[in-house]
Amino acid sequence: MSKTSRTSISMPSSAKKGSIIEIRAIAQHDMESGFRYTEGGKLIPRDIIRVFTCTYNNVEVFKADFYSGIGANPLIIFTTLATETGTLEFKWTGDDGYEAVNQANLTVT
Amino acid sequence: MCKDFIVQKSRRAWLKKIQKLAFLTLGAWFSPLTVFAKPEDATKAITEITGGKPVINGKVNLVIPPLVENGNLVVLKVSVESPMTPNDYVKSIHVIAEGNPLPNIFTVYLTPRSGSANITTRVRLADSQIVRAIAQMSNGSFYQGQAETLVTLSACTEMV
Amino acid sequence: MKQWQLLFTGCLIFSVPIVFAATDAGKQKLQSSYELMSAENKAMQDDPSLNPAMFWVGDGEALWNKPSAQNNKSCASCHGNVQKSMRGVATAFPKMIKGRLQTLEGQINQCRVGAQGALALPYDSKELLSLTALIANQSKGMPITVRETPENKAAMQKGRQSFYERMGQLNLSCAQCHEERAGLKLGGSFIPQGHPNAYPIYRLEWQTLGSLQRRLRNCMSGVRAQQYEYGSPEMAQLELFLMWRARGLPMESPGVRP
Repeated sequence: MSKTSRTSISMPSSAKKGSIIEIRAIAQHDMESGFRYTEGGKLIPRDIIRVFTCTYNNVEVFKADFYSGIGANPLIIFTTLATETGTLEFKWTGDDGYEAVNQANLTVT
Repeated sequence: MCKDFIVQKSRRAWLKKIQKLAFLTLGAWFSPLTVFAKPEDATKAITEITGGKPVINGKVNLVIPPLVENGNLVVLKVSVESPMTPNDYVKSIHVIAEGNPLPNIFTVYLTPRSGSANITTRVRLADSQIVRAIAQMSNGSFYQGQAETLVTLSACTEMV
Repeated sequence: MKQWQLLFTGCLIFSVPIVFAATDAGKQKLQSSYELMSAENKAMQDDPSLNPAMFWVGDGEALWNKPSAQNNKSCASCHGNVQKSMRGVATAFPKMIKGRLQTLEGQINQCRVGAQGALALPYDSKELLSLTALIANQSKGMPITVRETPENKAAMQKGRQSFYERMGQLNLSCAQCHEERAGLKLGGSFIPQGHPNAYPIYRLEWQTLGSLQRRLRNCMSGVRAQQYEYGSPEMAQLELFLMWRARGLPMESPGVRP
């Protein structure tokens, strides 16, 4: 059973060709580290987002591997070159079948 | 009877010696070195990334607040000097926290289309420690930078 | 004799403002605990693209429009557009409604049970937090308007008593830290004045969104006192006093706190 959650992308909607744009991607996820214990002493299993990718017109331009040390509701801010008008797709995958996608359109002038 | 007394006394002295040794061992067992994953784990993680190749200090700038109010969410910025052209770009950046139970925090993979090697994220820091960032360049070389921080905890933490 | 009388009267006149100043010592200039945060945390609260609490506001919007399974009514059915109808509402809670002191969460549940035929939401559940965050967010930037009125006077007095009364194994009152020692340090952090103007907050300590009542229960367990129950009248009275104490401070909901 796949689970998902809200995500949010902040980036400009248009940019000049060749300029560098900043993208902020954040997902709603507890990022259970796998190092915490219940009051009864039982280890709470790890449940985190493992991989985040960004594709630009179907070409992968960015990838990040997350480990338990990433904070809850993980945020990543990165840059990419505005090469052509198109769609940027963002995908988060993680433990327990977690998957979330989001996208944003970019107009390049 | 005298003999019994002497035997008893030496037995007591022997037991006392054992007790001292036991406490010493117990103390060593409970020393902080055995509780947290320490620089050795971090070094191992770094060697796995670099494959034993030399790592040059430089080009990598890691910024974390020197004093952290709460280790659960710490803003971390890493930037690597690079022209980011198809011939000379940053292939990947690995961030390792020496004082965390698992030293690897995250890895990012960049391309010439990234434009810059500037990454910001929010991490968990278990304790005051040194955090390292290792960048692999397109020509296979490794550069590193580091930052040290003090992690505090809010005074009234939840007791559930 | 006349000189002596003059001297005495002079002393009396002089001491009056000093006495007032002494009793007003508790009334230092109101300061939100936002001011005590690091620059990174302030940025986290101010920027919606960085504030994790905005996810709950989004969830709240979805819930606002969701018809209840029982009678097909949603919040929107009665209240319409949330930005219009809920603007400024959170600044006035807790308030007396039909003779009963009601907190914002209590009122949300009252609406759910009374008008939607649905079950009340437990405190600090994701749904209740989302709705509270949504409604409180509509008052962001607006000053708290809770006043002392003849209707809430008795409740306010009880709340005031809770605040100034020593409690717990550590035998500390709220006022001893948050009025007498606000601005000083405890451990590594500054003691805030303890105003509820940013709730519900994304607390870094909890790594999630939480209510004022959750935070108050933390404080009480911090002094090893028997915690007030969620949704209890004691909680509502204390909330009422705290909001009155913070009157005039602009709301920051949903806030970020360490």
